[in-house]
Amino acid sequence: MAPAEPLLRVEDLRVSFATEEGVVQAVDGVSFTVDPGEVLAIVGESGSGKSVSVMTLMGLTRGPNARFDGHAMFGGRDLVSAPDSELQKVRGNQIAMVFQDPMSSLDPVYRIGDQIVEQIRAHEHGISKAQALDRAVDLMERVGVPRARERIRSYPHEFSGGMRQRVMIAMALSNSPQLLIADEPTTALDVTIQAQILDELRQLRSETGAGIILVTHDLGVVADIADRIVVMYAGRVVEQGTLDEIFYDPQHPYTWGLLGSITRIDRDRSERLPAIPGLPPSLLAPPSGCHFRTRCPHAFERCTEVPELISRLPEAPEHLDRCWLEVEAKRSLRQLGDQIGLATGETVIS
Amino acid sequence: MSAQGELQGRADAPANGVPLLEVNHLRVYFPVKAGLLIDRKVGQVHAVDDVTFQLSERETLGIVGESGCGKTTLIRSLARLVDATDGAIRFRGDDITKAGRQKLQPVRRDVQMVFQDPQASLNPRKRVGQILATPLRLGGTRRREIESRSRELLQQVGLSPEHLNRFPHEFSGGQRQRIGVARALALNPKLILLDEPVSALDVSIQAQVINLLDELQDDLGLTYVFVAHDLSVVRHVSDRIVVMYLGKLMEVSPADELYSKPIHPYTSALLGAIPIPDPRENRARERPIVSGEPPNPINPPSGCRFHTRCPRATEICKRVEPQLTTYAGGHMAACHHPQNVTDEEIRAATRSEASPLSSGSDAPGAEERSLGQVRG
Repeated sequence: MAPAEPLLRVEDLRVSFATEEGVVQAVDGVSFTVDPGEVLAIVGESGSGKSVSVMTLMGLTRGPNARFDGHAMFGGRDLVSAPDSELQKVRGNQIAMVFQDPMSSLDPVYRIGDQIVEQIRAHEHGISKAQALDRAVDLMERVGVPRARERIRSYPHEFSGGMRQRVMIAMALSNSPQLLIADEPTTALDVTIQAQILDELRQLRSETGAGIILVTHDLGVVADIADRIVVMYAGRVVEQGTLDEIFYDPQHPYTWGLLGSITRIDRDRSERLPAIPGLPPSLLAPPSGCHFRTRCPHAFERCTEVPELISRLPEAPEHLDRCWLEVEAKRSLRQLGDQIGLATGETVIS
Repeated sequence: MSAQGELQGRADAPANGVPLLEVNHLRVYFPVKAGLLIDRKVGQVHAVDDVTFQLSERETLGIVGESGCGKTTLIRSLARLVDATDGAIRFRGDDITKAGRQKLQPVRRDVQMVFQDPQASLNPRKRVGQILATPLRLGGTRRREIESRSRELLQQVGLSPEHLNRFPHEFSGGQRQRIGVARALALNPKLILLDEPVSALDVSIQAQVINLLDELQDDLGLTYVFVAHDLSVVRHVSDRIVVMYLGKLMEVSPADELYSKPIHPYTSALLGAIPIPDPRENRARERPIVSGEPPNPINPPSGCRFHTRCPRATEICKRVEPQLTTYAGGHMAACHHPQNVTDEEIRAATRSEASPLSSGSDAPGAEERSLGQVRG
């Protein structure tokens, strides 16, 4: 592939918030790129900084107590340092976002149609209200809302969760964005509806060639739709690679712990689930060096230094990780882990 | 076990073949009211509609279904938090459907509940010690034994006894759920009703809590009813699984068989909708996507409730509510057009006692056979 300029290039992004208890380093040096037509999944547990990272791209974390560092280059602009007025032109236009909870992201006192029309007209000044309404109907039909012409007059509470999420996607699509950020878009939905929405996203990607950033904690969803994966832990990227690289040759003990501890419908009931012991660290005072070392069963002296995010695999230069262990040592430890289960039974919290 | 003494009275209750819990043709309807001054009943939500099952001791029964299928209402009615409209709930042979306060008191000890949201189900103004002391006090534990029992409980759920003086907000989600479990264990219950106990937790923490529940079951001989919308979690914990849709039982099956041999098309649809966290297997899998959403439970569809979304639905599904049919191995399904079963298995199958009262008596495949005869 030619090394064309990616759609989005995030470089060494840092976000911290001053709180009463101290400074929370929510995002600590995150870098990744998104190409057009690509689905990049950012996975991690609550508090890993995945949502803060993508919300920062939209300027949604700006506030008097927030500090930013690093760059996020999109179409010649730096989203981190751009003034609000400039960001407003991009937001909802070239970059759109779909949030987790469709009920709280729609205004309950306005009709669905009016909300979509508002978004269209905010960025396209020449368009008449009637034209915008026609476009809204088209959009709703495209994302699979039946009887769109009638339902455009409904209020959000008259829609089910799945339908509301479709409306959110329709709104996000209203100005043909080049980049769609979906923050846990299916977490609040039932599985059958989740499958429908994921299908919608897939179709969207192939029809418009938009790049998609999918923030999720659900590795099943990731396996279903993602091309590349960024794994975050306590504000840092601990591993990054293609879908198959991460699932079949995970290089960071956190990633393999995460993959091991999920319950699967295609697996029999085994005696105990391998669980990662302990809890994620507080971001007020994370452990020095590798943030995972306090929970890592394979930590050693060197882990008190921060490992760099680099490729340690000669055959996969794009597969990056932050772990000091030797590649061979990791592979054998992982196999051992598969056989006996990682840290079995040891779940007592101090 | 400080409460051993008072356990005696209950421990020798009938165990001779009587199931721990029996639910017979249970219905829970909620009235839908309209009008400003005078409430007019304009309809009812059929939350649980003629559900029958039994639960043996030390068993884990999983209940799965989409939101609005009635799974939470079902277990809330088992704990008598909502009243049944019709039908019977028997705990160790005693009918508790309409039991009053007095009669319920011993049952309340034996049946405990763990809720979905540990943040909302623990009083934020009370210390953990107080939270655990409440059931102990009400259960008649002597005052000086309360603290030692509370410490013991915390240890049992993998927390440190020093945590007694902390408030719920000082804990993480997974730890809070452990407190919820400790509270449920306080009175040495027989049956614990778990309402989505891990769905609010991160995956790595989910595994910890599931393992804890597993260990406690082995150590204390507990019986679980485990409600969840996540079929992979349910598979991991359950012995038997019930699939519900719009208040009705669709399928009841031994846990592993539900996944290898789903008989009801709704079960296949649910299973097919779940992405497997393994890219290669995911790509290789055929996944039928069901269209549409569950209909309104105020006006559920006639006949089989799934017929509006079912890929196999025919004429009979609209007219006749399918009976629950028992196949080999106690695997039951309510479907006119069962999948993954041979003609022989269908012929050997019988109508289950658990069939809804309003269901038809047509055996599965009856329509195909009659059409075949007409053509032949």
